[in-house]
Amino acid sequence: MSAPPGRNRWDGISFEERMATVDFRVGARAHIAVDTDVCRSCTTKACVTACPANLFAPTADGGILFNYEECFECGTCYMVCNEEGALTWTYPDGGQGVVFHHG
Amino acid sequence: MPDIASFDAVVVGAGPAGSAAALALARAGRSVVLVERGPFPGSKNVYGGVVYGRVLDDIVPEWWLEVPVERWVVRRSTVMMTGTQSLSVDFRTDAWGEAPYNGMTTLRSHFDAWLAGKATGAGARLLTSTVATGLVRDGSGRVVGVRTDRDGAELHAPVVIACDGVNSFLAKEAGLLPRAEASHHTLGVKEVLDLPPGAVNERFSVQDHEGVDMEILGCTRDIPGGGFLYTNAGSVSIGVVLSLPQLAASGVRPEELVADLKAHPSIAPLLRGSTLREYAAHLIPEGGYDTMPTLATDGLLVAGDAGAMTLAAGLWLEGVNFAIGSGHAAGRAADRALSAGDCSARGLASYRADLESQFVLADHKRLRKAPSLVLSDRVQRRYPGLLCDLAEGMFTVTNPTPKAGGLKVTRQAAARHGVSLRQLVGDSLRGLRIFG
Repeated sequence: MSAPPGRNRWDGISFEERMATVDFRVGARAHIAVDTDVCRSCTTKACVTACPANLFAPTADGGILFNYEECFECGTCYMVCNEEGALTWTYPDGGQGVVFHHG
Repeated sequence: MPDIASFDAVVVGAGPAGSAAALALARAGRSVVLVERGPFPGSKNVYGGVVYGRVLDDIVPEWWLEVPVERWVVRRSTVMMTGTQSLSVDFRTDAWGEAPYNGMTTLRSHFDAWLAGKATGAGARLLTSTVATGLVRDGSGRVVGVRTDRDGAELHAPVVIACDGVNSFLAKEAGLLPRAEASHHTLGVKEVLDLPPGAVNERFSVQDHEGVDMEILGCTRDIPGGGFLYTNAGSVSIGVVLSLPQLAASGVRPEELVADLKAHPSIAPLLRGSTLREYAAHLIPEGGYDTMPTLATDGLLVAGDAGAMTLAAGLWLEGVNFAIGSGHAAGRAADRALSAGDCSARGLASYRADLESQFVLADHKRLRKAPSLVLSDRVQRRYPGLLCDLAEGMFTVTNPTPKAGGLKVTRQAAARHGVSLRQLVGDSLRGLRIFG
């Protein structure tokens, strides 16, 4: 479902600008792992829509490309993932990852 | 052999639950370590906006004199909206603007750090930038500590309190939270928008230090959830809370819904000229009483969001107070168990009994059916429009046509939204049974 036509429902802030307001202390270790072979059999790819940081992108061959660097560490991706073993998720190492200043 | 440090108790997570637990233990003279994975307490935390301080009265007397408050909430507004309409029930009282106060807006990086400071001030040891990566068990399977990501160093204690948040890997590892269930969770996305304090005062009809709490229904398209808007000192926090499975199935991006809300004709004028300070997202355990994990096992207690303690009951949306209440009770239960020399599940059983006897579980038990009503199709997708149409029908002057009666307008509005009067009466009674 899309926004009603005829009105500017967006606020003029791009996704990149939104994410640029967040303090990420990126660690060297990826705290998300995706088994893209499992993703190929997934028809919903719920992680692509639901991840508030937009970290997951479908690839042409039906797999999933992901980033871990700008992650809110919320857990949405693994909770909506319905393919057993597709997504492994842990916390980043201590002191790393997202730092909220105005949470 | 990894490095091992031993304490009376290990508390994981320096959010409100963990700091309240550590504070109770430290005050009882116990050696306690408070493990926080972020660089400072609150750095991983996001909330929907209001801390209700009554729970603090016994823990930090006259807490309002020192707490890092943004604004004291004196106005509470419940808003139903459609794309072009809104209907508000707006309440204001002076009583909430003076000691002992009711609710406050604050930022978690400030509030959580303040409460953690109370714990360290009482003697707890705070270990930041440290992840508790797993449980340490003895030969009989009893929890006796946690492993950390500091070169695998271990923190040992007869009792561990898991206040490690909504994703609680420790509760899952202990088998207390068997499965992450998307349908029991919502995603909150929030933007903090800078707005000069004078503009906040004028636009929200408040004086300095006074604040507003707006809860909004009908702003999340076909996804069950709601919106919120809170005033901080020189900013506002605005966002939406979205049921996870329906968000995933919708194809709509979460930030798009925040943009929708910001553009609503009733909201946009309040925000004009503001600038985005920080975007944030966090999960909320909204399943309520029936979805809570087992709260105690041998050597382990669970509190706060890890125990699904957030109260998301429509009229009442509370979490930080439940975290503090449960964390403090866990700390006291751990102290009693240590005194008795029995930190088994049985020795720790007084925790649950304590929670049942006070608001933490009493409120949850009483409102156990609220989440399903609040997130139901009619409440979410039909009633906001129905009520707005009802108001529009009542207050639109139709001269020379004579006024229609209230019942007729109600019937028409209900029919337009596919709701029968029988359903309307039924849901009203259901609401009364749950909230009455």
